Amino acid sequence: MNDQVLFELKGISKSFVKGKQEISIFKNLNMSINKGDFLAIMGPSGSGKTTLLNMLGGVDQPTKGDLLFGGDNISRYSESKLAQWRADHVGFIFQFYNLMPMLTAARNVELPLLLKNLNRSQRKKSIETALKLVGLEERAKHIPAELSGGQQQRVAIARAIVSDPDILLCDEPTGDLDRKTAVEILEILQLLNSEFNKTLVMVTHDPEAAKYASQTLHLDKGEFVEQELAV
Amino acid sequence: MNALLAQIAAVVVMNIRSLPQRKWMSLATLLAVAIVVAVLLAFLAMGEGFRATVGNSGSDNLAIAMRAGSQAELNSVLMRDQVNLLETAPGIRKDASGPLTSAELYVIVDGIKRSTDSEVNLPLRGISPRGIELREGVQLTDGRMFSPGTNEIIVGSGVLREFSGFDLGQKVKLGNATWNVVGVFDTGGSVFESELWADARSVQSQFNRGSSYQLMRIALSTPGDLSAIEEFIAADPRLNLDVWTEKQFYGEQAKATSDLIFYLGWPLAIAMALGALAGALNTMYTSVAQRAVEIATLRAIGFGNVSAFFGTLVEALVLAFLGGILGTIAAFMLFDGISASTLGGNFSQIVFSFEMSASAFQDGIVLALVIGFIGGFFPAWRAARLPVIVAFRSMG
Repeated sequence: MNDQVLFELKGISKSFVKGKQEISIFKNLNMSINKGDFLAIMGPSGSGKTTLLNMLGGVDQPTKGDLLFGGDNISRYSESKLAQWRADHVGFIFQFYNLMPMLTAARNVELPLLLKNLNRSQRKKSIETALKLVGLEERAKHIPAELSGGQQQRVAIARAIVSDPDILLCDEPTGDLDRKTAVEILEILQLLNSEFNKTLVMVTHDPEAAKYASQTLHLDKGEFVEQELAV
Repeated sequence: MNALLAQIAAVVVMNIRSLPQRKWMSLATLLAVAIVVAVLLAFLAMGEGFRATVGNSGSDNLAIAMRAGSQAELNSVLMRDQVNLLETAPGIRKDASGPLTSAELYVIVDGIKRSTDSEVNLPLRGISPRGIELREGVQLTDGRMFSPGTNEIIVGSGVLREFSGFDLGQKVKLGNATWNVVGVFDTGGSVFESELWADARSVQSQFNRGSSYQLMRIALSTPGDLSAIEEFIAADPRLNLDVWTEKQFYGEQAKATSDLIFYLGWPLAIAMALGALAGALNTMYTSVAQRAVEIATLRAIGFGNVSAFFGTLVEALVLAFLGGILGTIAAFMLFDGISASTLGGNFSQIVFSFEMSASAFQDGIVLALVIGFIGGFFPAWRAARLPVIVAFRSMG
């Protein structure tokens, strides 16, 4: 296996039963994601892009096929092993930020660090670094309700990167933001990819957002129909 | 292990901090638990108070002899010749004035309860001249002792408190005769405070009891040792009597009523607890539903389902515990020390005080935590099994 390959999807099928009907989302899907890729996945609603992201994040399992991460087949992991795997390797960025409303920005960013055996000062240092990277060190003690949408998404990015995961999975990260703020967020994501060599997979409806990725895959009816490389 | 504890602590803190988002529902659950605990504690305090009043009335230094098979004083009859014979038994403490005994009779008279203005039964006890010496801790708090051979009575402080018409100096009609209240006595909270006392011969005369008594109170030469008296009774067929220490006697008298209060209290509290449990379940299921995205997000980040489970369970336990504390405080403020009266084993009123004990508090808190545990367990189970995919669903 190529050392550069982070994810490899082999013969992935995904279907679910609705009533008496079996609905297929993917049939025999194959793809690979290399370390340092910034991949945008686009497609109409119902094309399977969020399902694909969920499977990459280990929160949904394929009906058939293998999902290899660094050579390990994570589609065979138990629920608890998958949780541990997510804690070790994955950072999530959600469309609606999914911050804990009663916790300050710093405490939200701290959450993934609670899964590691780190002492308080180590956690504090990591939180400061992550918040500084997204330009929110001044707002560490504010709760989400006291922050704008863009600031909340930056806190969510800080939370996603604080434990230094191998891959960041972004589900419509700018879908709830105005254009100017969306650009700020996309620039941070691009920085994480170019300066810190983070692998990113971003699901988006927005062609402007996809332009920040190094590669865009178009998904329709469970199949990749087009591939664009950034110029 | 440390990481798991840190996860659980983080989820617990988040859940507790989010309580204000569900303040009315949480408050309703808290109050429901508080009411259940307060009602339970009121019953337990009542039972405990009754047991303390009646059960503590007895002493091991004294014995009581009644007709064999009598369950209560009212069922017993002792004739003068039996009393005379029993006074010669061994095992009875004697002094210069002779054996320390008191042949007594017990009649039911009418009284008016202050709180309800209703007619109730009160015990009038005729005691022998040495009868007062056979009761530990008796103190005349007001007035004087009755004079033998007269229609004078002294009244227990409980009677004075709960029933009208027995104030010092008042004349009161009991049976066909008029009696003068000449004194008030206190016994430190025992059952005797619910009685009226007069000279035994006066009571025999005014209530046409001839020379009959109902029991004989005896000072034992050796505390708790009834063997000599029992052998004496067994050897003489004229003495068809049962004998107990006073402590045994009142312990038995208290048991039936306090058991009744106890067995009424717990089922009522449990029935109410089921209502509170429904409230707790509703609150906690709502809590899980409201926090579904938060729970799923934490799971997506890598938190285990154990932390989701304990976070929800602890939230329910905290609510129930706070309800338990509130109920305990309310019960203490409302019920501790209040005076009440009820029908005792002799179909007469016994005055007692509600008594909050440490074990009652403990029972109340345990009941609250049981409600919290059951009310939290099933919602916690749901939280632990919530699909992580929920985190990716729209919040908008």
